[in-house]
Amino acid sequence: MATTEAIDVVMPQMGVSVSEGTITKWLKQEGDQVEADESLLEISTDKVDTEVPSPASGTLTQILVQEGETVDVGTKLAVIGGDGASAEPKPEVPEPATAPAAAESASVFDAVSTPPTADTVEEAQPPQPTPSETTETQSSNGKTFVSPVVAKIASEHGVDPSQIPGTGRGGRVTKKDILDFIESGAQAAPQAAPQAAPPAPPAQPEAPKTPAAAPRPAPAAAPAPVAPVAAQAGETFEPVTAMRRGIAEHMRRSLDTSAHVTSAIEVDMSKVSAIRAKLKKEYQESYGVNPTYLIFVARAATETLRDYPWINGELRGDQIVTRSYVNLGFAVELQDGKGLIVPVVKNAESLNLLGMARAVTDIAQRARDKKLLPDEVQGGTFTITNPGGYGTFHGTPVISQPQAAILGTYAVVKRPWVIQDDMGQDVIAIRPIMNLTLTYDHRLVDGALAGRFLRDLRQKLETWDESTY
Amino acid sequence: MAELTYLQAISDGLRTEMRRDKRVFVIGEDVGVYGGAFKVTLGFQEEFGHWRVLDAPLAETAIVGACTGAAIMGLRPVAEMQFADFISCAWDHLVTVAAKQRYRAGTPVPITVRLPSGGGFSGGPFHSQNPESSFAHIPGLKCVCPATPEDAKGLLISAIEDPNPVLYFEHKHLYRRIKGEVPEERYTVPLGKARTHREGDDISVITWGAMVYTAEEAAQQLDADGVSVEIIDLRTVMPWDKPAVLESARKTSKVLVLHEDTRTGGFGAEIAATIAEEAFEDLDAPVKRIAAPDTPVPFSPPLEKAFIPQVDDVTAGLRELAAY
Repeated sequence: MATTEAIDVVMPQMGVSVSEGTITKWLKQEGDQVEADESLLEISTDKVDTEVPSPASGTLTQILVQEGETVDVGTKLAVIGGDGASAEPKPEVPEPATAPAAAESASVFDAVSTPPTADTVEEAQPPQPTPSETTETQSSNGKTFVSPVVAKIASEHGVDPSQIPGTGRGGRVTKKDILDFIESGAQAAPQAAPQAAPPAPPAQPEAPKTPAAAPRPAPAAAPAPVAPVAAQAGETFEPVTAMRRGIAEHMRRSLDTSAHVTSAIEVDMSKVSAIRAKLKKEYQESYGVNPTYLIFVARAATETLRDYPWINGELRGDQIVTRSYVNLGFAVELQDGKGLIVPVVKNAESLNLLGMARAVTDIAQRARDKKLLPDEVQGGTFTITNPGGYGTFHGTPVISQPQAAILGTYAVVKRPWVIQDDMGQDVIAIRPIMNLTLTYDHRLVDGALAGRFLRDLRQKLETWDESTY
Repeated sequence: MAELTYLQAISDGLRTEMRRDKRVFVIGEDVGVYGGAFKVTLGFQEEFGHWRVLDAPLAETAIVGACTGAAIMGLRPVAEMQFADFISCAWDHLVTVAAKQRYRAGTPVPITVRLPSGGGFSGGPFHSQNPESSFAHIPGLKCVCPATPEDAKGLLISAIEDPNPVLYFEHKHLYRRIKGEVPEERYTVPLGKARTHREGDDISVITWGAMVYTAEEAAQQLDADGVSVEIIDLRTVMPWDKPAVLESARKTSKVLVLHEDTRTGGFGAEIAATIAEEAFEDLDAPVKRIAAPDTPVPFSPPLEKAFIPQVDDVTAGLRELAAY
């Protein structure tokens, strides 16, 4: 094939590992006619000496590398044809500057020639997907997906990742985002630190501990990082735990959401007390559970809720949600009174007194052992809290959102109580009395409805019918 | 220190051990008169004689079998497979006998098998493979994959010293292309210790062999994006430096595992699984693998280029992780 188009002659790849070669002799000179595959020059590499055939027929217009020079594989050595100017690079250059593979009999495979140079193959390469194309095909769950390391850092610092602006895929919060967020919230901490370690007053031996606690920055969970507070003399700082932060957020949100109103009622627990005394031995010996007052209240409340679906309900947007079941939450204290969790007994309406006792004992124990499953602290429809264990007789609990009400049970206290004797005369008797409170969301539940609920609940407890409950 | 090519460093390491220890000998196809297919043993027969630089017939089974016997009798053979691909003929002797001998009988089998491996030069399906993961899977074998001339010498000496069968994968693409300072004296590079090729904070690349250089070029491109890439060169695939990999993964929280071997069951799978298992809570993105597709190595240059991970592939993978 004679050509008028300029064709480059390049230093061939003489085997897998050879990277350079030396021109030992030009067999043709500039201006000479050459035929395709006619020997053009001799080269020497550290493996073989060989001749390089011409890639095309035409005039050898230009010799670019002189004898004795050593150049890299792929270097242009000469130009054949054209006007002597350099050939334009083409997308694919199959010019076989074929080295005679037979020159190396022993390792013929190593001598397999590889005509295209690195540059030419580069051009022939199929286009790679660009990063933007690949990222676009990914799912866009970024806003809600929290990676393991972000979850870990959030937990360690008590930070809510959803409050952090994300720069990752789909708005995901990256490790860098959360670290930057925490750092920005902690920036003022070094300023606070010197103040946090005042000279210890003689009367305050605990004060030297302060510096150790102070450098830990106040966790910046709120959308706007809270300005760090300097410790005053005698104060110590401790970090807010994730649970504490969760409780704080929920309590504030509940008060901001529901219109809290509390009604209270006094209940004569004489009958429950008597039945309880009777059942106690059997329950403990046969089932390993204790028939506490709380169990009776829980059982009676569940039964009463069947008649008051709104109190077991929820205000959800424009709809009032009522249910055919009762999922009963129980507030359980943790960490020596410094923590709180509300495990839920699902389908409490299906449990008799013993079933309720077992269920409550089980979830309370597992709550303290931190063995609750995530599902077991969700889905409550009504909650009972029992602060009476320490003798308190009244309280105004906060509703567990999005429920409509929370029942408080308090200490059973022996009181002088006015009752009627057999002859219809008022007499004073000593009776075990328990206060119950119902704190309800007045947006959904009015005072009259709450009053009726408490009345019916009292009625069930004061006239406990063993055959029913 | 002298500047040597990767290939010269291998020769230097081998020559150093042969001069130091008369038990060390070389056996392989054309390693003697011809000096080896890639000239690693050029001049060795003249220096050490016919009995220490043995030309073997084209029978890999015989080569590894002879090495195993010689090693059990107290010698330190260094076998050369002309191409790593040909080791499959010797699978039985290597895997069934050499790898298990010490476990069964307590006899050390100090053999080193040199395996010119890797592609990039249109060697086609029989002369381009990276079979390290097949052997890393065999208890009793060690697998070494040096990337630099300095490591090539130090790791070869460690391999020869080691009382176990060691497969020494030398990448053909690095032979004459990579040059570097190599100490003239004898030294060793420990088996199982990774090298931090490049320090970075945002993404870790775990790789070895020729891919170290591919990763390096890609990392330089990521510098322009303001993304700092760390490159861990494993140096040995078995044993592999798990603590170094986990430390880097925990630091950057984003990991790209890169190898030239095919993807499924490649050693990258083991690394990715280990990171998922032991550093899960420190991850900020899924562990990503870039490897060759599950096909034989193509002969056609454009196809081979599409097959072997290129700088652009790694750059795209790194950008994807950076944006995650």
